[in-house]
Amino acid sequence: MTKMNMISSLNSALRCQLEKDPNIVIFGEDIGYFGGVFRVTDGLQKDFGAHRVFDAPLAEGGIAAIAMGMSLNGLRPVAEIQFADYIFPAYDQIVNEIAKIRHRSGGEFSAPLTIRTPSGGGIKGGHHHSQSPESQFTHTPGLKVVYCSNPYNAKGLLTSAIESNDPVSFFEPKRCYREPFYGDPHDVPTWNDHPDGEVPEEYYSIPLEQARIVREGEACTVIAWGTMVHVSEQAIKNSGIDCELIDLQTLLPWDRDTVVNSIKKTGRCVIVHEAPKTSGFGAEMSASIQERCFYHLESPIRRVTGWDTPFPHTTEWDYMPSPERIAEAIKKTQEE
Amino acid sequence: MTDRKTLITSPYTLGAPPSRPGETTDFGGKWKEQPEDLGRPDPAKCSAQDTVSHASGLIRVLNDKGEAKGEWNPKLKSETLIEGLEFMMRLRIFDDRMIKMQRTGKLSFYMRSFGEEAVAIAQTMALQEQDWIFPSYRQPGAQFVRGRSMVSMICHCIGNTEDNVKGRQMPVHYTWKEGRFISISSPVGTQFSQAVGVAMASAYKGDDEVCISWLGDGTSAQGDYHYALNFASTFKPPVILNVVNNQWAISTHRNLATGGRTFAERGLAYDIPSFRVDGNDFLALYSVTKWARDRAGAGLGPTHIEVYTYRAGPHSSSDDPSVYRPADEFASWPGGDPIERLKDHLINKGDWDDKKNAALEKKIDAEVMTAYKEACKFGDLASGPYPPASTIFTEVYETVPWHIQEQREELGK
Repeated sequence: MTKMNMISSLNSALRCQLEKDPNIVIFGEDIGYFGGVFRVTDGLQKDFGAHRVFDAPLAEGGIAAIAMGMSLNGLRPVAEIQFADYIFPAYDQIVNEIAKIRHRSGGEFSAPLTIRTPSGGGIKGGHHHSQSPESQFTHTPGLKVVYCSNPYNAKGLLTSAIESNDPVSFFEPKRCYREPFYGDPHDVPTWNDHPDGEVPEEYYSIPLEQARIVREGEACTVIAWGTMVHVSEQAIKNSGIDCELIDLQTLLPWDRDTVVNSIKKTGRCVIVHEAPKTSGFGAEMSASIQERCFYHLESPIRRVTGWDTPFPHTTEWDYMPSPERIAEAIKKTQEE
Repeated sequence: MTDRKTLITSPYTLGAPPSRPGETTDFGGKWKEQPEDLGRPDPAKCSAQDTVSHASGLIRVLNDKGEAKGEWNPKLKSETLIEGLEFMMRLRIFDDRMIKMQRTGKLSFYMRSFGEEAVAIAQTMALQEQDWIFPSYRQPGAQFVRGRSMVSMICHCIGNTEDNVKGRQMPVHYTWKEGRFISISSPVGTQFSQAVGVAMASAYKGDDEVCISWLGDGTSAQGDYHYALNFASTFKPPVILNVVNNQWAISTHRNLATGGRTFAERGLAYDIPSFRVDGNDFLALYSVTKWARDRAGAGLGPTHIEVYTYRAGPHSSSDDPSVYRPADEFASWPGGDPIERLKDHLINKGDWDDKKNAALEKKIDAEVMTAYKEACKFGDLASGPYPPASTIFTEVYETVPWHIQEQREELGK
């Protein structure tokens, strides 16, 4: 075990894959010689060659299409979209092409590729360096959608994403790249002090489609992904209520059994995400949960989310779900 | 090159077709460009700069007398030419049969390659069998060259139990992995940039493979066209990128697709050797494609080709071009009919005659009819049977996930 932050652990996952499988190629904007704007691919070009780790022209739609073409011809590309906010020129290729090729070709072709992208707020990034567009991909049959939250699961999940024979949209919460975030921008903890900052240097994987129970509890089930896992953890501590915290990890297909079993036990549920509330993935989960747990629910399912507005710059702490808002929602589930 | 016609309106200048219904289109008579006009550069030494005149001119091999002339003459054996003629005739007869079936409801929709038969057929014949084909919906003819059975193609079009894509795609959206023929996609142009990725993978693996892709003049306005050219220019993989300029994208004339000059010339700005070729001249198409294949196979990178032709029929079975263009335009197209031109050339050479041609036509007609009857044994869109409804739920992912399995059970089939 080594102490790693999420950047090092993602780098380690890519490194293990490049060593293991000659068909892995990695490309994206600024990811080659420079090593990426967040340094996730630092040193990979030097160690594995510019034919395997290279810079792409600034064209997200082209990057997705090139990745698809490569995957159709036997490679297993890992493409980086520099910020999730920039993924939309690639949307047609991802939604109509990459996700659909297996089905529409009668199973004759498939596109086993991974698109990594930093997402979420908390870095003073304003409108276009802060969004969390996962639900715009969970509405896409044929795609898997993964959202890591800490160095340990980032490496294990990215490994499984790359090894999946289905295409994967892999979201990385950039606020947690260098340290966990508990909702207080003035408190800067480190992954060094966090149990999930312990990461094996060697190869391992964490299965997709499985949620992780971060903390067991009896009074309320709190479900989150990405940065919100840590903010929810803090909220639970602050509330003093014995909550079960679930890190969803894979959003499509999501681990309904783990969620449903927890809510049958607790009878109460709060779903937390950074993305806007309307048509956010919390809406899908909430509908599914009531279908399965209606007679077990002691109070309405509550959602704590980003507002249905563009993501702001200076006021981002009022936009993102805070420990206070989450704790308030948890308390309400106990009172109703 | 015919001049670009515009309507001067305020505040915009709008590209316009040369004429509208009721008017007569003047394409200027026969081509002014002649087969001897343009030399054939050495593919091993050619730079984009060496193709400036090829990108603004028109590469021809068959002259107005039906003779093969000039440096681009590929000097193919007559057997090869007769084979090409047969593929083109087969495609036209097949298309006509499918349109008749469409009118009886046996398939929902159809798109003919009428007037453009030479494009996919001559170009695919100039490739090698391991090369990848990333077509638009107007290149199904490539499958004949690669040997796909007509029964299999018809089963797809009529969406029956033997449709290899299991009734999931509209007719003509063929997939055929065995022939390295990718699934045709309706969002136009997406295949063009993917083709560059395919070629980059071939280069990465060191395989002797080339990827060829086509899109239309209308589609060349899409970002995917420019992604493809820019990535091809940057990484120089073995790819052949064709713009089939057939003048019309449904009702959108090519004068609206670009305010520029020829489509071929755009490639020069990407530093890619670029050619404009008579798309109704089988020999010229073959020759230019072979040039591009030789160059790509030698590791020298991409070629950009404008295939200059005319969409002789409607865009699809849902289209009626008589409301937006003169009905007799094709009759005055200087490129003529690609099948007639190759036939006349073979007759000129003394290797073919009308009697042989009529016999071949009759043979193909019978084969198409036999294939049609054989395919209909497995059902058709009008009366079924269709692929089982369970195929809605399979192959979305490698394995069926729980939520899709539940939905399948909800449907109960």
